[in-house]
Amino acid sequence: MSDKARTSNPAFRDPADEGFATKVALLLLSLAFLIFFLFLPLLSVFVEAFREGWGAYYEALAEPDAAAAIRLTLLVAAIAVPLNLVFGLCASWAIAKFEFKGKAFLITLIDLPFSISPVISGLVYVLLFGSGSLLGPLLKSWGIEILFAVPGIVLATVFVTFPFVARELIPLMQDQGSGDEEAALSLGASGWQTFRFVTLPNIKWGLLYGVLLCNARAMGEFGAVSVVSGRIRGLTNTMPLHVEILYNEYNMVAAFAVASLLALLALVTLALKTLLELRFGAGNAGGRH
Amino acid sequence: MEVTINNIRKEFERFPALNDVSLKIASGELIALLGPSGSGKTTLLRLIAGLDFPTGGQIFFGDEDASHHSVQERNVGFVFQHYALFRHMTVAENIGFGLKVRPSSSRPPKSEIRRRVSDLLDMVQLGGLEKRYPNQLSGGQRQRVALARAMAIEPRILLLDEPFGALDAKVRKELRRWLREFHDRTGHTTVFVTHDQEEALELADRVVVMSQGKIEQVGSADDVYDRPGSPFVFSFIGESSHLPVEVKEKTVFFQGQPIGISEAAAGGGELFFRPEDISLVEAQDALFGKVTACRRLAGTRIAEIDIANDGHAPYHVEVEVPLHAPVALGSEVRFRPTRWKVFENA
Repeated sequence: MSDKARTSNPAFRDPADEGFATKVALLLLSLAFLIFFLFLPLLSVFVEAFREGWGAYYEALAEPDAAAAIRLTLLVAAIAVPLNLVFGLCASWAIAKFEFKGKAFLITLIDLPFSISPVISGLVYVLLFGSGSLLGPLLKSWGIEILFAVPGIVLATVFVTFPFVARELIPLMQDQGSGDEEAALSLGASGWQTFRFVTLPNIKWGLLYGVLLCNARAMGEFGAVSVVSGRIRGLTNTMPLHVEILYNEYNMVAAFAVASLLALLALVTLALKTLLELRFGAGNAGGRH
Repeated sequence: MEVTINNIRKEFERFPALNDVSLKIASGELIALLGPSGSGKTTLLRLIAGLDFPTGGQIFFGDEDASHHSVQERNVGFVFQHYALFRHMTVAENIGFGLKVRPSSSRPPKSEIRRRVSDLLDMVQLGGLEKRYPNQLSGGQRQRVALARAMAIEPRILLLDEPFGALDAKVRKELRRWLREFHDRTGHTTVFVTHDQEEALELADRVVVMSQGKIEQVGSADDVYDRPGSPFVFSFIGESSHLPVEVKEKTVFFQGQPIGISEAAAGGGELFFRPEDISLVEAQDALFGKVTACRRLAGTRIAEIDIANDGHAPYHVEVEVPLHAPVALGSEVRFRPTRWKVFENA
């Protein structure tokens, strides 16, 4: 009815509505921006990767160093993501359900990896575990290598990706409060049962979302990892580092082939994220799963 | 189950929420904790449940000192203000939750849980809604699911936090009557928190009126309405007006003038009376003032009266006037309380 009134009275316009020309201009501007800055680069990655056909593409990925980089990236993500899932859960649980001094400080600390340059994050570990530090030589005498080895890469990745799960869960858990948990406890459930049957189902979509973002960053991290890894081909090279090395050697097809995998990961993450957001929203509104 | 609360104190970061509260709840009683927000009524309920722990004092369930028992050990049925139903579980799963989480030694078999759930659903008149999710229920239905869920664990006492707070007026009235019947049928010792005096007076065997972390008065609806024990109870429950008075030789004086009523204890105090407990008079020794407003209130008519106060802001009182002979605005009326209470100045 109001639509009809609107069309029959040309003088009437929603105060928050823009004119037709403005709308088109805004739309075209954002489209042009998207195409130029996002779509074209993404397309060029795949075009470059397949320039010499499927065979070359496959060869570039199957090459031992590339395969090692892929394996290492998967390994690092497989360690860092579960660790951050647990840390993130603990931290958000503590922040959302308890009152304590220094809470604001803890929240700031969790955000720290977001606010400092990844290179610094890597350097911190070099300072901590390097040969000039206290800890490095000590660990080395026990035969434990941190820097320029897998543990260092995992540490740097954990540090950089720490905020994702916690940041996702804190507002969610704060919003939900502890009413459901109290109800479960009053019905005789133990702490663990309460977590498993009540808390976890309540936060599972948010948790999945956080894990997804955390995983994408863990696999794609360049700065911090490049400082601590030492870039030993076939040993401490992750996919993003390997791309850079190939690129510097003018091995474009191989570089873009590995890059295309990372781009693919980004696309899959994006698709899953959208899917999750749909369910997440529905889960909040509908309580169904 | 009889519950005894002995000298309970509760402080939240130095801020006292409850101050030396003692209360005895008889087995099978329906008790209302009534008070304005911040009076400590919900805190007291949570202390009884074991969801919070007192800073000092003891809570007995029967003869057993439950002060340090966890909420699980106390085995109480708690219905939360916003029900706290588990939104990812069906109605049946919600109600069966307390049975499902029992240790395997005391957990009934699945078929038994199913049977008990369906019995409870019948009891709260929601049979057939087993497979619904909480968000597919109305407020009143959710409330009853929460009650059934609390009853499923065969609690020793039933505790309800603002049970009707989130419902609209009509459902609220229905559920109130329903809860009374439910209580009479099951005979559970029940404590509920409310800030709605009508609800407390209508529903409870005894009303515990609370203010600022203390119990002001405990008594039946008649007790707290007809024989309020403190100025707070007099003004919190029902309508009332109050004026500063002086009692000399068993006569009550207002602004130095006798007002035609007598009182035993001498000294300064505050005179309290209800709008309906007055009579209009012609005599000189009475209260008098100007009518500033007159309004119809259900079956009565209430006149608002300003009593002059020597250049200060006038005293404002409300009295009931005859329905069919409304007093004129601006006219002067003279009246005397027929029932009143003078509380000595502290």
